[in-house]
Amino acid sequence: MKIAMPMDEKELKTNVCPSFGRAPYFLIYNTETEESLFLDNSAIASQGGAGIKAAQTLADNDVKALLTPRCGQNAEEVLSKAEISIFKTIPGTAQQNIEAFKAEQLSVLNDIHPGFHGHER
Amino acid sequence: MKGKDMKIAVLSGKGGTGKTLVSVNLASAADNAVYVDCDVEEPDGHLFFKPKVVSNEQITIKMPSVDDALCNGCRKCVDFCKFNALAFIKDRPCVFEDVCHSCGGCVLVCPEKAITETDRMIGEIKRGVSGSVTVYTGMLKPGEESGVPIIKRIMQASEADENALKIIDCPPGSACVVVESIKDADYCVLVAEPTVFGVHNLNMVYELVRLFNKPFGVVLNKCLDGENPAEKFCVERDIPVIGRIPFDTELGELNSNAKIVVRESEKYKDLFFALLQTIMKEVRHETVADSKR
Repeated sequence: MKIAMPMDEKELKTNVCPSFGRAPYFLIYNTETEESLFLDNSAIASQGGAGIKAAQTLADNDVKALLTPRCGQNAEEVLSKAEISIFKTIPGTAQQNIEAFKAEQLSVLNDIHPGFHGHER
Repeated sequence: MKGKDMKIAVLSGKGGTGKTLVSVNLASAADNAVYVDCDVEEPDGHLFFKPKVVSNEQITIKMPSVDDALCNGCRKCVDFCKFNALAFIKDRPCVFEDVCHSCGGCVLVCPEKAITETDRMIGEIKRGVSGSVTVYTGMLKPGEESGVPIIKRIMQASEADENALKIIDCPPGSACVVVESIKDADYCVLVAEPTVFGVHNLNMVYELVRLFNKPFGVVLNKCLDGENPAEKFCVERDIPVIGRIPFDTELGELNSNAKIVVRESEKYKDLFFALLQTIMKEVRHETVADSKR
């Protein structure tokens, strides 16, 4: 099963990016093969709809679960239609979050925000 | 441009500086004026004019709608949309209406003609009469993303009222809605408050009108004795100060009771009449200067 995380750097030992749609990279991690792959987020420079485009990238890469600190409304709609589950990350690195996910310690992300729509965090 | 067909836009960097006070009273000081409320998110000029509404028009925008039976899943529409208003999930595109800019591009690129456009109501414009003033009010439905289509339409509709001075009450700030409102203006009036914060807001609209090469002048509102940072800003940049409105209890009371001060007080009738004359002179001067360029 493939899981994804927004990342500031292409490195498992670095922290998860606080933003989903505007994260520089996505980590795609395969829980069976333990392979990790970093993708550039093509949505980062979008004028609008970054969350939609970022969620599209995950859907196109056959991701089944997103691990993120937060997620906007439109992104959530794409993810839910694509049947991708959303989990809330714990503070720390991508590696720590992978371990927590495997140990089923992450909770489902419920607080979906209405999006920033040009008003940056 | 005939003198009477002049368009004057009133703007400021934030709400509450006195745009509506200035616009409503300039329109009321003229013999024959059209007041156009482009502050479509919170139009309040009509509260002063209490116009007798003679017509209204619903404003719609185009939204794509996908016929799943005709769609072949080629994804061309999704790839084309630079606003990311389309996502491709489970082999079919889905539309995000709040992100869509109604450009119609997806309809054009679809090889199967599976996308059609449907109307979505986003607000309305009202035309009414109050004394010698024709009042146009644009109203955006709460929750809608952009007032630009309403402003476009209201400016077009107000063209029907010929031989009248047009006063455009702009939305606050310097975003797209303001750009649309001042597009055809012959002159811009910037309303400023006498505070450091007021200077910051004045600077936003000052940069905007300069960018669009509009002739402009500043009205200093809420003037008190002593230092006025907004005035200092104007003096340092050689910006014409075309009027001063005092921080006055009488004015405040009339205005907060939704009275048009020009219609209630001789003092303010004189003040706004003089301001209107100054603006007319400035515009004529600009027109002459422009023809010499």
